[in-house]
Amino acid sequence: MKFNGKSIKYGDNVDTDVIIPARYLNTIDKKELASHCMEDIDKEFQNKVSVGDIMVAGYNFGCGSSREHAPIALKESGISLVIARSFARIFYRNSINIGLAIVECSEAVDGIENGDIVEADLDNGVIYNKTTGQSFQTQPFPEFIQKIIVNGGLVPSIQNGEIK
Amino acid sequence: MSMTMTQKILAAKAGLEKVEAGQLILVDLDRVLGNDITSPVAIREFENIGAKEVFDKDKVTMVMDHFAPNKDIKAAAQCKMCRDFCDKHEVTHFYDVGRMGIEHALLPEKGLVLPGDVVIGADSHTCTYGALGAFSTGVGSTDMACGMATGKAWFKVPSAIKFVLKGKLNKYVSGKDVILHIIGKIGVDGALYKSMEFVGEGVSALTVYDRLTISNMAIEAGAKNGIFEVDEQTIEYVKARSNREFTAYKADEDAIYDEVYEINLSEIKPTVAFPHLPENTKTFDEIGDIAIDQVVIGSCTNGHYKDLAEAAEILKGKKIAKRVRAIVIPATQDIYMQAVENGLVKIFIEAGCVVSTPTCGPCLGGYMGILAAGERAVATTNRNFVGRMGHVESEVYLASPAVAAASAVMGKIASPENM
Repeated sequence: MKFNGKSIKYGDNVDTDVIIPARYLNTIDKKELASHCMEDIDKEFQNKVSVGDIMVAGYNFGCGSSREHAPIALKESGISLVIARSFARIFYRNSINIGLAIVECSEAVDGIENGDIVEADLDNGVIYNKTTGQSFQTQPFPEFIQKIIVNGGLVPSIQNGEIK
Repeated sequence: MSMTMTQKILAAKAGLEKVEAGQLILVDLDRVLGNDITSPVAIREFENIGAKEVFDKDKVTMVMDHFAPNKDIKAAAQCKMCRDFCDKHEVTHFYDVGRMGIEHALLPEKGLVLPGDVVIGADSHTCTYGALGAFSTGVGSTDMACGMATGKAWFKVPSAIKFVLKGKLNKYVSGKDVILHIIGKIGVDGALYKSMEFVGEGVSALTVYDRLTISNMAIEAGAKNGIFEVDEQTIEYVKARSNREFTAYKADEDAIYDEVYEINLSEIKPTVAFPHLPENTKTFDEIGDIAIDQVVIGSCTNGHYKDLAEAAEILKGKKIAKRVRAIVIPATQDIYMQAVENGLVKIFIEAGCVVSTPTCGPCLGGYMGILAAGERAVATTNRNFVGRMGHVESEVYLASPAVAAASAVMGKIASPENM
């Protein structure tokens, strides 16, 4: 699985309330959720983000509420991959389940600044900062996780017969 | 190979003799829960899977509590979607306005969770039921959908942190202060992916309601679950509500824990978590004069009758400060009724509080008490993230019902000890 995009970087403990504020949870429409993604932490996010962009953050990304609307909003906004020092467990599970690639790599978080162009090859666990020329090693994705993400999530994987 | 309490429950429900931390297992579910904002996504996915029926109509549970009574047309449509689904699948435990309560207060009250059960819920505070010796954890809507369809969920067996409780709480100190103290100590990711297991003689010095509050906020330390050893109080509580058989599990003497903390309950003081993380805790020797605009007493964390009674004891015969709005939200209809019958509602109204029907409403910035820019609230809720109760420039201070009530009277963050 290969990713290529500009980095959008935040700090520690980015919670699901700022990823998608609860006041917008009266809908399950993906586009509407995406239109409010990150607005409580970064009013410029909607103008900054383009398809394929890579979010980079610190510890405990996605903490708080179990709302699956959070990874859905990120994915629908165009975010292709989240790289963080660590993830809250419900968010981690939800992201894989809806087909949003996420990976832990503290070295990459140290070595990527806001706006850097980043490539990631998660078959081999390599993250490359094209802007600075630095490479970082992380755990490759196991094959079944790759299948879930390529299929767009757990449910489409079941529908396609990839996961039984 | 020895096991923790959590590992014993997971092994039993996976049909295995033993499990160890890190192992991936498939577990039978005793209950699958959702609310009015997470269930609609789960229902969409349930239909996408092509599932025809729920695995057990008595074990699927939906509670309309977050934006109910319906806050707007869209929220009404989401509740209707849940109602129609539960009608179609003849779901026994569907709780709508008039019969509902805040889910994590309602399920224990209705006897729907017993020691040794495995429960998943599409709500992060599903970890509450650990107070009764169950394994319960929050999941997302896709996991809820798969759980509704199959009655199973996969888990990575967690390692654990042990909290050995001793002593007993002083007056005006409650379960909320205990859990805020612990989160202040270990941090918002201090138990990430792990179980928090509460044992020791101090357990029996805590009421079941204090334990529900403590387990409820295990997620605020990043934990997978927060579980208490079962004692006579637990058994009395569940037997009064259910005839179903259950098993109480104890950790093995030689179970392995990543860390062990000893918590002396008698040393815990009234504690407040400052914005914008539950780990930013302070005790009153570190708190100056901080004027407030709103107080919220309620939520899945602190909307039990005991919580309301502790607030009422402080508010009795007093008036809340002129600039403060105080919102009291009994967590369930039964609690509301008890509060009416025992004169608590009268005390609240005479003090100048408003008393609401059960709802999660303001806790997550939904409705029924949203803050403007620059406003501050003392709340007995569970999160004080940026914008959690309203505007991004508003502030939430987390505290016990006693501190919230004292703060309402004083118009600033105040300890009942200093009134």
